[in-house]
Amino acid sequence: MIDISRVSKTYDGRAVVDDLSLEVPQAAFCVLLGPSGCGKSTTLRMINRLVDFDSGAIRVGGEDVLSMPPEMLRRRIGYVIQSTGLFPHWRVADNIATVPRLLGWPRERVEARVTELLALLRLDPKAYRNKFPHQLSGGEQQRVGVARALAANPDVLLMDEPFAAVDPITRDALQGEIARIHRETGKTILFVTHDIEEALRLATVIAILDKGKLAQLGTPLDIVENPKSDFVRDFVGAQGIGLKLLSVRKVAERMRAGENAEGEPIAEDATLAEALGQMTARHCDRLAVANDAGQVIGTIALADLVR
Amino acid sequence: MRATFKSPALWVGLLFVLLLFDMRQFSPIFGWGFPGVQPEIFDRASFGELFWSHLRLVAAASGAATIVGIGLAIFVTRPAGRDFRTLVNVVATIGQTFPPAAVLALAVPALGFGPRPTAVALFLYGLLPIVENSIAGIESVPAAVRDAADGMGLSRRQVLRDVELPLAAPVILAGVRVSVTIGIGTATIGSAVGALTFGTPIFDGLAGNKLPYVIQGAVLVALFAILTDLLFARLARALTPPG
Repeated sequence: MIDISRVSKTYDGRAVVDDLSLEVPQAAFCVLLGPSGCGKSTTLRMINRLVDFDSGAIRVGGEDVLSMPPEMLRRRIGYVIQSTGLFPHWRVADNIATVPRLLGWPRERVEARVTELLALLRLDPKAYRNKFPHQLSGGEQQRVGVARALAANPDVLLMDEPFAAVDPITRDALQGEIARIHRETGKTILFVTHDIEEALRLATVIAILDKGKLAQLGTPLDIVENPKSDFVRDFVGAQGIGLKLLSVRKVAERMRAGENAEGEPIAEDATLAEALGQMTARHCDRLAVANDAGQVIGTIALADLVR
Repeated sequence: MRATFKSPALWVGLLFVLLLFDMRQFSPIFGWGFPGVQPEIFDRASFGELFWSHLRLVAAASGAATIVGIGLAIFVTRPAGRDFRTLVNVVATIGQTFPPAAVLALAVPALGFGPRPTAVALFLYGLLPIVENSIAGIESVPAAVRDAADGMGLSRRQVLRDVELPLAAPVILAGVRVSVTIGIGTATIGSAVGALTFGTPIFDGLAGNKLPYVIQGAVLVALFAILTDLLFARLARALTPPG
């Protein structure tokens, strides 16, 4: 869906992105991960041409991004940034309607879409559509930011450290929302962060960048278990590696099917880290496991975590 | 309704209109204030005529300064005009530091007597606050808002029209307010070169040693400036975006 091919960008003689190639398949949740200055934001911003690249080619949905005017390209790509960038003089509904209006949608369709998106982001449409951004909390503002990016139903969503500026509890909730939206809509998401935990939680594929080059590309599990270089090993964090492994594996992988146990069940798509947390908090060594519908389908024991 | 009666603009406006059309009512006050001086009311032109002429002069000069000032500010905040920013600022500053009286003296030989040299002097004098505030207003738009606007696919014109100017409007308006209010006071010197303004009774009074003329002109011009300022304050409240 996004095809970056041998792209370079230099600022004042210094290569920020250096002969980078990266292919993001349809419906992937690709996280660009790396320390500050590794070129991850620049890479993201080259895709919607907020930054011009010096050489190489970028295709989105098979089309060369240079083949159309930048405004047209950007209206087809969702864009979410850290400080939300909501228009402070526009109400929530008008903010969300930005791109549909640019595309000339009829009024009723815009209204219906705004309602739909507020509901998708779990903001009560009646209560929120006429508020101004300054009347919202940071987390609510970012929900509106995500809704605005999704408004014209783009195939691709670019997210530049979208949750870096909110408190940990809000961040956790927002990460849950974006994971759900990704599952429900099947959008291709390219997500920039420097937070390894966030990357492990959300990504289907992680691209680690170092000095403008691709250091490693792989699934979260792959990155944690088989770091290709010292840089990746150091960045992923050599010490907490065991806990990180727990946080990329799902309960379903280690569950004993058919058994049952006391107490509130844990979801089968929860991570092993969450299961360990639950056991620690409840002083037990066995949890019931439930599927999406809430039915108990098995158990997981403390010993299963370290198997 | 009660809010309207408490509004200072209403009372200042009423007093202004009363003085404008019936200054004679106040001649006992002049008599009491200046015993021994004949309480004469200026009558070479009606105060209404003076007001109309004064208003047109200031409106023309300030209108032009507003259009040119905002235009220059937009130009120097675009990528193409960024290099001219310092130059524009210097020129606008010279315009304001150069005394209007000197501009008049220089402009009269070229433009003749009457309102025209005064309009030029007022235009130059009023440009700086508008240019400076407009630049500050446009530059105060948060970088993230600009980035989001670009990233959503707004064209440059749409960014300017729908994002930058509405967000900058209160600061720009504050500049126009200062410029117009100063302009109303400064326009009086135009009467030294034949423009018909509230300065006319002041200059006539000074020349003919008629103190009441001076006071009549001065009070009217002060009320005119205060009233305009109060009306701008109302406009600013209406224009300020929430938050």
